[in-house]
Formats: sequence, structure tokens, C-alpha cells
Amino acid sequence: MENAAFKKIYTKITQITKATCSLKATGVGYEEMATVNGRLAQVVKIIGDNVTLQIFSGTEGIPTNAEVVFLGRPPVLKVSDELAGRFFNAYGQPIDGGPEVEGEIREIGGPSVNPVRRKQPSELIATGIAGIDLNNTLVTGQKIPFFADPDQPYNQVMAMVALRAKADKIILGGMGLTNDDYLYYKNVFDNAGALDRIISFVNTTENPPVERLLVPDMALTAAEYFAYDKKQTVLVLLTDMTLYADALSIVSNRMDQIPSKDSMPGSLYSDLAKIYEKAVQFPEGGSITIIAVTTLSSGDITHAIPDNTGYITEGQLFLRRDSDIGKVIVDPFRSLSRLKQLVSGKQTRKDHPQVMNAAVRLYADAANAKTKLENGFDLTDYDERTMRFAKEYSNDLLAIDVNIDTTMMLDKAWDLFGKHFNKAEVGIKQEFVDQYWPK
Amino acid sequence: MTTGKVTGIIANLVIVEVDGPVSQNEICFINLAGVKLMAEVIKVLGNKAYTQVFESTRGLVVGANVEFMGHMLEVTLGPGILSRNFDGLQNDLDKMEGTFLKRGEYTAPIDIDKEWDFTPLAKSGDVVQAGDWLGEVKENWIGHKIMVPFKFEGRYTVKSVNQAGTYKASSAVAVLADADGKEFPVSMVQKWPVKVPIRAYVDKPRPFRLMETGVRIIDTMNPIVEGGTGFVPGPFGSGKTVLQHALSKQADADLIIVAACGERANEVVEIFTEFPELDDPRSGRKLMERTTIIANTSNMPVAAREASVYTAMTLGEYYRSMGLKVLLLADSTSRWAQALREMSNRMEELPGPDAFPMDLPAIISSFYARSGYVFLNNGNTGSITFIGTVSPAGGNLKEPVTESTKKAARCFFALSQQRADSKRYPAVDPIDSYSKYLEYPELQEYLAANISPEWLGNVLEAKNLLLRGKEAYEQINILGDDGVPVEYHLRYWKSEVIDFVILQQDAFDKTDCSSPMARQKDMLGKVLNVCRSDFDFDGFEEVNPYFKRVINIFKQMNYSLYLSDDFKKYEAELVEILNERRIA
Repeated sequence: MENAAFKKIYTKITQITKATCSLKATGVGYEEMATVNGRLAQVVKIIGDNVTLQIFSGTEGIPTNAEVVFLGRPPVLKVSDELAGRFFNAYGQPIDGGPEVEGEIREIGGPSVNPVRRKQPSELIATGIAGIDLNNTLVTGQKIPFFADPDQPYNQVMAMVALRAKADKIILGGMGLTNDDYLYYKNVFDNAGALDRIISFVNTTENPPVERLLVPDMALTAAEYFAYDKKQTVLVLLTDMTLYADALSIVSNRMDQIPSKDSMPGSLYSDLAKIYEKAVQFPEGGSITIIAVTTLSSGDITHAIPDNTGYITEGQLFLRRDSDIGKVIVDPFRSLSRLKQLVSGKQTRKDHPQVMNAAVRLYADAANAKTKLENGFDLTDYDERTMRFAKEYSNDLLAIDVNIDTTMMLDKAWDLFGKHFNKAEVGIKQEFVDQYWPK
Repeated sequence: MTTGKVTGIIANLVIVEVDGPVSQNEICFINLAGVKLMAEVIKVLGNKAYTQVFESTRGLVVGANVEFMGHMLEVTLGPGILSRNFDGLQNDLDKMEGTFLKRGEYTAPIDIDKEWDFTPLAKSGDVVQAGDWLGEVKENWIGHKIMVPFKFEGRYTVKSVNQAGTYKASSAVAVLADADGKEFPVSMVQKWPVKVPIRAYVDKPRPFRLMETGVRIIDTMNPIVEGGTGFVPGPFGSGKTVLQHALSKQADADLIIVAACGERANEVVEIFTEFPELDDPRSGRKLMERTTIIANTSNMPVAAREASVYTAMTLGEYYRSMGLKVLLLADSTSRWAQALREMSNRMEELPGPDAFPMDLPAIISSFYARSGYVFLNNGNTGSITFIGTVSPAGGNLKEPVTESTKKAARCFFALSQQRADSKRYPAVDPIDSYSKYLEYPELQEYLAANISPEWLGNVLEAKNLLLRGKEAYEQINILGDDGVPVEYHLRYWKSEVIDFVILQQDAFDKTDCSSPMARQKDMLGKVLNVCRSDFDFDGFEEVNPYFKRVINIFKQMNYSLYLSDDFKKYEAELVEILNERRIA
């Protein structure tokens, strides 16, 4: 473990809780790292000469005479091109049996980009999934989570998006990832021959929960190195941010802070924003795009974690099993990409925004018709046509197994409009109807 | 000056032991290895001052030196503020070096060496008081008034005013003398503490003049007035920011101050990127020329978030004192309230509802009260119209920030998740939203004189039709399509016409995005004409397709330039369709 000979060693701990310990020490910097009997810890509170340390791996077995050494620096990561293709734990130490990475030492959780030095995101990210490309187009420099119940295949969809997205680097930040899911990612990236583009910082369910707090900052420090210093397109995958937030609440609880909504710390919004706002498009070319996962408890998005996330991220993607077609689809009602208007109809065909809206509106009409049917009412001819449309739209476009380019998606949508509706029912601007309505 | 030493650090709350007097809200600088971090006193206990630091405290050690400045957080006021991008503490973001923000880097908000063409407005011998105009310089296209500094109390006599000419912002352009004959030189630049309202006006009447925004659901249905207040609560994804951007682009104001408070950095970037390119439809100049941005995005230090809304309001008050119409937008005031909550929590204060500080309602209402329409000392008028967004937790409007704001603001533009889900944008709920100003006799008179005497009646009729349509829709849902008279379907579809043609508006279409008042008046007339007509249907099945056609033609009209050939063509088509089934 890291140590420095000239550092003073303290051996008198005055207080121990489940996650923190306190001792008397002087000359200690706020957020400075320390080791307690070899375990990494960080300064979270200083009152006079009373210093409180948060021990990442927990305080089990820590004695009151433990050796405490302050390292004189905040948490850091060594960055260089050697990071590529490697797997690390939450402290940035290799877990793949390879050698330590040599490189420049960077503080993690560093300062934010000056907003006037950002560029407006403008490059489309094509995924081939119509539920994303057609209805919720992604853009480089965007931050967007999947809101999913734990039983949904979000890790699969995310891996698929990552591989199709043509990023120079894919950085996986795994928090509370099960060992099975961790191996799944490893295999998928390996099979795709993409391992040299991947960097992983992983905290699995086998590791202590508080360690997770370091993972996003580690992943994003590596991302900033490749995006800013190397001007590369970087895609960061963070899964699962709900477990990250849970770790935050554990720490704040141990520090006797007054909890706000859903037992979360009052600073949850700022804590999450600090991570997500690292997504950026630099004018010089590099970019960081963040795709995250926030697991929900039975679809409840009013819980503090998804709620605060939704206010920070630029949209959210929902997965849902459509029982009519027996497939998982990207839910067109609740999903939203806030940056889509920067590219849709600009980098894609001009009719894109209107086609997208019309299709979703007709799909909504179908949902109303379905409710009517369930309540035992007769359906009109229009109702029945919307329901037929909805089934095909769901199967041919929304399902996550679709893999076509955006122009083909638009043509498909026009085909469906022509098959089921008349022009007035679709209600699209005349110039597009003239051009694309199926003859 | 008082100095002190750091004795405690909990995130950005730093406890300082002081050696002399300190005042509440006094600014101090904490020395962190040569870097000076700005902080504000928020509590004093004995010789311990509790300060909130506007920067990251990483690496700070106990024993660090602290210098107190003897004043509260101040902004610098003078020519050169317009079109700039400031952070919450009024640092000029463009002047900062490097891609990443460095803590302890503070840049001058205005260039005091810049030269301006000065024209005197006062003459020697005039008796003046704080806020009176001494002269004028041209800042972009506005006449930027050089005023008697707001800090001057009582009456002063003008000893001299410089002749017309070019002067540096920092040089004296006038000399004033107080009752004792003591002389004070006055430059173009002054300072003012942000948390203190500027009261350089004689009267603040009830506002009465409509402020056009080009957004139909606001102008027609729930109008806001010059000097009015409004707020936009809504769950995420319901279009708060799109609506705010539409207002900042289209509103009939002399200048716009946008406080991006704890929101996404990319939204500010959108303004930086697009506004310099977009034309102001009224002046023909670039939108950026009338826009000033106070950006404290969500990843910037939390404590400066609170300062950012006050900084924005103070700049607004400064320009209002020049007789200008200011529109102040704050997105979002909930983030500001959360910043207050974080500090209150760290100071271990007893929490109020949802762990917010107990005095939150008072803080919010005294902030909203700083806006308004005023008569200045010289008889001119100026106004600050304030519209804040609120981000209610979980979309639930029964939370402390929304409830406190509802008591303070007069217009309520409630964004509805349901409308957003069905892509009915702007998703302002037509039933829940209101404008108290519609009940003001002052505004009613103004509308009668400036739009038409029937206008208010028409608006109320449309609102009523929407409500009746909603009731009919509920009946249809309960009883089934054929379980209700055809009349119910008709009533529902008439309300849908109002919804689709008046309420819904495409913010991304270059024609539909902004609708001038004359056009709104015309369209409401046409829509009500449909709603007041009787139609002949044999069964309910015919109602839906027929009105879909009517709505489609109306929408094509909304997408066409007003009174263009296309517009007239669609209008003629509309008349034909109506004649098919209308009973004379």
C-alpha cells in the first residue's frame, strides 16, 4: 500500500462508526487521502484538530490503535495511453493481473469546464435502434440514463449501443455490478474485438459499497484525459447510478446529516450533477458522452434518485416489454432525448421531426383505443386502424432488435402511415406529405 | 480589517475564528496555499464566523488565514454589462483562462478602461438623488444612463457635469455636493450589494400593460404583464427550458437577463451558440445584443448558485432604473432553494418541510417582490418582469418550493406530464394554469383598448369551452362513444380545435414558434367562429374524422406566414370544409 516515510503516523483513534473514524491530527487538508491500517480513507470533516475519515472498505476490525498515515493528496489516477484495454478496481488499481499503469498523476473529481469553453453538441450518435435513433436521437456530449427496472435487459442494450456508437474509447464504470454482469460486458467487448478500446473501473457486489463513490470520478478522469488531451470521442457507461446514490446515503447517514426526500442526502442533486455534467463536447474535437443506468423500484420515477437524475440528464430512455409483440421496446412516451433537435432534421432527413411526432401521436391514440377496448366499449374504425398501426410500429421500429439506418426508419414510418391512415389523420406539413406519402 | 483563522471544514462550510468585528453576509477571502477562496458569512457564534465558500475546499487546512472585506457580496454596475456571460459572482467567464474553471480566479465584470461616448443629461445646479440620470452613453443600442450612485443617501446638488465627449468608464463624469458642501466625484461605475433591493423609484403601481411573448397559451389564455411575476413548475421532460428559451427569444422586452441557476451547462451553451446568430424580431438586431447570462450551472460551486439569482435581479434593477423593460428569467429557482437547504443542513439548523430551511417562503416572496413596474423619480417608467421555473421533486406540486412560489407569483403556468407525454407542446395545462392579471381592471381596460373590447370575453369563452370539452371527454370515457349524445362528441372536438390551434405551438418551426398579437386575435376569432357554429352529424363516428380535417387545415395555417398566399389558400379550404356541415 502507498506510504511515505517522512509522514507522521497517528495511532490513536478516538471514535469509530460503521464507515468513519475520527482522530486528533494537525496540518491535514480537506478531502486528503489517508490509510488506516492499510485501508484507503478520505478526510470528510475537520473541526479544530479533530479529523473525521471515511474508510472506503468499511471499519470492520479497525482497532483504536490502528496506524493512520495521511498521504498529503486527494484521490488520484495515473493517466496515459496504457489505460486502454485494462480493468481496474475503484481505486484505479489493476484487477486483470497486468502491471501498474505508468503516467501523469491527476486528481479525480477535478474542476468543471467553463461553460463558455464548451461547444454545442452537434454530432449524431447512430445506434441502429429506431426507438433511439428515430424517436430519441443521441448526440455526442450528451448525458442520458436508462430508467429501468432491475429485471430489464439494460446492460445488454447498453453494451449494444456502446459497440455500435463508433467511439474511440469506451469507459465502463461499474458500481455494484454483479460478477455475472461484469463478465458479460467483458465477453461482449472481447467477442467484438473491441477490448483495446475499453477501460473498466469496476466495483462489484462483492466489494464494499462505499468504494463505489470513487468509480464515476475515476472513469471520468480517464475520460477527460482521452477526450481533452487526446481529442478522442469517449463514451462513458455508468451502471448502476442508483447503487452509487445508495452509497452516498449510507455515508451521509453515518455522518448524522439530516436526510431529505427518500432518505437521500440533501446534496444529492449537486452530487449527481457533478458527475453527469462531465459530459461535454470540446471545441477542439474531443467529447465525453455519458450513458448511465438508474434502476427503479417498480417503475417509480418520482423517487429522489430518478427524479434528481431526470432534472440533470438530457433526457432518459425507458425500456418496456410490449406484450402485443412479445419483445422489449424503447418506450416512445416516456423516453426523451433533449438534444435530438440539434441533429434530427439537420443531420438526418428534413421530415424526421414531424414523422417522429406524428408516429408517436398515433401510437398514443392506439393506447387510448386499447383502454376503450379494455373497458368494454366498441371501437371505431379509426381506433382499430391505430391499433393495427401500433402493433407494426412497435414490431418494425420500436423493438430493440431492429438495426437499420435512420433514412430506412423514416421510409418505414411513411409506409405505415400510408397503409393505415389518410393524410389528414397523420397531420404532417404539406411539403413532406407531397414528397414522401407512399404512392 | 478583521482577519481570522480556519478552525473547521465540512464540505463548503468553513468555520473561522475571528479577531475583530464581522457582519452577517460579509465577504471574506480564505487563503489556500496562495489561492484566495471567496466566502460569505452566514452565521456568527461568539468569535466563530460560519462561512459558505463559493469554491471547492479540497486541500484546505485548519489554521489557514482569512481576510474580511467589510462589505457584503456586491456587483459592479456600469456600461459593458450587456451581452456578457457572467458566473453567479459576476466574474466574466470569457475572460477566464483555460478550458477548466480554476478556483480562486476572479475576473473583472466590466472593463473600467473602456472609453464611452458620454452625453450629459443633468446640468450644474440640479438637485438630484440616488438613481437620477446624470448622463448617457450608448451601450449596444440602448441609452445606458449614468446615474447618481444608489448608495448616495439624501439630496445632492450637481456641481458639474462633463461636456459631451469620450471618457473612460472609471473617470469622473460629474461632481455632486451634499448639503454640507462636501464634493463627491461620480464615475460611470458603481457597486451595490446584491441582497439589498435598489429602491430608486417613487412609485410601484399595479402593472397593467400586456407583455407580448409570442406564445399563444400565455398571451391569449394566461397573459403576463410588464412588471409582472410568473412561474413555471413542471416535472422534468415537460418542456420548462424550451418554454423559457422561447420567452427569451420572443418576449417584447428591451433586455433579457437569464439566470441559469443550477441547470445543465449545455442549455447555457445553446444560448451562447444560437443567440449571436438569431435576430430579434422587434429591433432586427442580434438577440445576443439584448441578452445577459448569469451562468451558475449545476456542476459549478453550490454556494454561488444562491448568489446568481440575486446578481441577476440586481442587474435587472439597475437597468430598470434607466427606464427599460427588463425580462428576468431564472431556471431554476428550485436549485437555488436546494443550495439553501444544503447549507442549512451543514449548519445543523432544525429543518422545515422536506428538510428545506424554515424561512424559505419568506426568502422566495421577498425575491419575487423585487420585480415590478415602477415610476422613476423623473417620471419615466421601467419594469422587471420575472418568470422563474420550479422543478418540483417527483413532479408533485405539493412541495415547499412550489407552494411558496405560488403565494408569491401572479401567473402560474403549470406544465403537465400528461400533455408532454402526448406531445401537446407547450405542455402548459389549460385548466390548472392561471393569470391573476386577467382579473385586474387595469389590464382589462388595456386589452379592451389595445386588442378589442370583446377580447376578454372571447378569452374567457375559450377557457370555458376547454373546461366543457374536458367534462364531455370524461363522460365519453365513462359511458362509451355511443352512450352519450352526439352533442358531447361535438363539445369535446370543439375543445380539441382550441387545443390544437391555439394552445399547441411548435417551438421548433420558424413560423409557428412566435405568433404576434394581431395574428393571435385573428386565429382566436376564427376558432371561436367554429366553436360557436352548429354542425350536422348523423352519428358520432362522423365527428372525429371531420374535426381532424378542420384541425389539420388550421395547423397548416399556423405553419404558413400570416396572410401569405398559402395562408389564404388554407383559409379558403377551411371555409369549404365548414360549409359542408355547418347549419346556417
